[in-house]
Amino acid sequence: MAHLRGFGRCLPGRIVDNVEIGALTGADPAWILQASGIEQRRFAGEGDTVASLGASAAQDCLSACGAAASDIGLILMSSGSAERRFPGPASAVGTALGIGGVPAIDLPLASAGSLFGMALAAQLAPAYGNVLVVASEIMSRTISLTPEGRDTAILFGDGAGACLVSAASGIARVVDSELHSDGEFAGILRLNHTGPIEMDGKTVILQAARKMPRAIADVLERNQEPASGVAALLLHQANLNLLTRVAQSLQIPGERCFRNLHRYGNTSSASLLIAAAEWWQEQNGVWPGPVVFAAFGAGLNWGALLAACL
Amino acid sequence: MNDQNKIQAILQQVAGKPIDPSPEESLFESGLLDSFSLTDLVGELERQFGIKIPDSDLTPRKFDTVARIEAYVAAKR
Repeated sequence: MAHLRGFGRCLPGRIVDNVEIGALTGADPAWILQASGIEQRRFAGEGDTVASLGASAAQDCLSACGAAASDIGLILMSSGSAERRFPGPASAVGTALGIGGVPAIDLPLASAGSLFGMALAAQLAPAYGNVLVVASEIMSRTISLTPEGRDTAILFGDGAGACLVSAASGIARVVDSELHSDGEFAGILRLNHTGPIEMDGKTVILQAARKMPRAIADVLERNQEPASGVAALLLHQANLNLLTRVAQSLQIPGERCFRNLHRYGNTSSASLLIAAAEWWQEQNGVWPGPVVFAAFGAGLNWGALLAACL
Repeated sequence: MNDQNKIQAILQQVAGKPIDPSPEESLFESGLLDSFSLTDLVGELERQFGIKIPDSDLTPRKFDTVARIEAYVAAKR
C-alpha cells in the first residue's frame, strides 16, 4: 500500500492578465475569459528553469510534509516543456535538493505526466520508500504570443507542483489508479523540436470529455465507490468548461471539483499538483473522504487515481 | 421524422437556439457549434439513434455538416 504524504507548489511571481495577452495576440480579454475561464496566468522569469521551479515546489512539498530531502528514495519528474532533449530536469532537481545519487526519472508526458507520476510512485513506493513526484512547466516558452498563436497563447501558464508518496505513512492512502495511452491522436496536441505548441482544440475537447470521465468512473466502480460519495475531484486544469462537463457527466456536484485555472491558466502537468496543494491547504489537515485525481493530455495519455482516508 | 430532420432537431437542442443549417454548411465555421456543443451532439446522436460512436471516430471532421452526420449515422446502423 502507498500513501500520499503531502503536496507543494511554486508559482513564478510575474502575473500576466488577459489585457496583456490580448494586446500581444489580438484576443479580446473578455473573450479569453469566456472561452477558457482564465483570468490570469504566471510567467517564469528569464533566470527560471523547469528544474529550478520544480526544485522550489519540491522543497515546498517537503516542508509541508515535515520530511527531509534525504528521506527521498526516488524522484519522478514530469515536464513537457524541458529546455533540452536530454538530460531532462529530473537529475537537476535531485542535485538542487542536495540528493545527487538518488535515482531520478523524467516523464516527458506533458499534461497527464503528474498523474502518471503519482500512479507509478504508488507502485514503486514499496521498493523505494519515499517517492517524490515533481511536475514543472514553463509553457510560456512554448507558445507564440502573436495573433497567429492566439488560440494556444491565451491558455497556458508556468508553474510547478510536487507530491510525496510513501510506503510507510501519509495523509491519505492510494486506493487504486488506472492509466491509458493511445497514439492514434498523437498529432492533435504536440510540441515539436521547433515551433510553438500545436493543438486541435475541438478534437482535444471531444476526446477529453469522453476519456477522462470514463477513467474516473472505472476506478470508482472497481472500488465500489459511488460518484455521489466523492468528496473532491482534482483534475488537470485545462479549461473551465471541461472541468464542469466532467463533473456533470459523473453527477458529482460542481462545488466538489476544485478549480484554480482562473489564476494560473493551463500549467500542463504541473496543474494537477498545484491544484492538489491549494486544495489540501483548504482542508485544515483533514482528508475529507474519497478524492479522485484525473488528467488528460498529449499522447494521448489519461487516467485517474483514487485516494481515500487512512 | 426522417434522419435529417432528427439531426436538425438534435442540433437545435445542443446549440440551445433555433438553427437551420443547410446540409453542406460547416457547423463549426458558421459558429453554430463549438467544442462543447459538439461533445453534446455526439452524446445525443448515440442516445437518440441507438448507435455507439467509438473514440477513434471522435473528430470534428466527421460531424461538421448535417450531410456528414447523416451519412455517419446511416453507416453505423
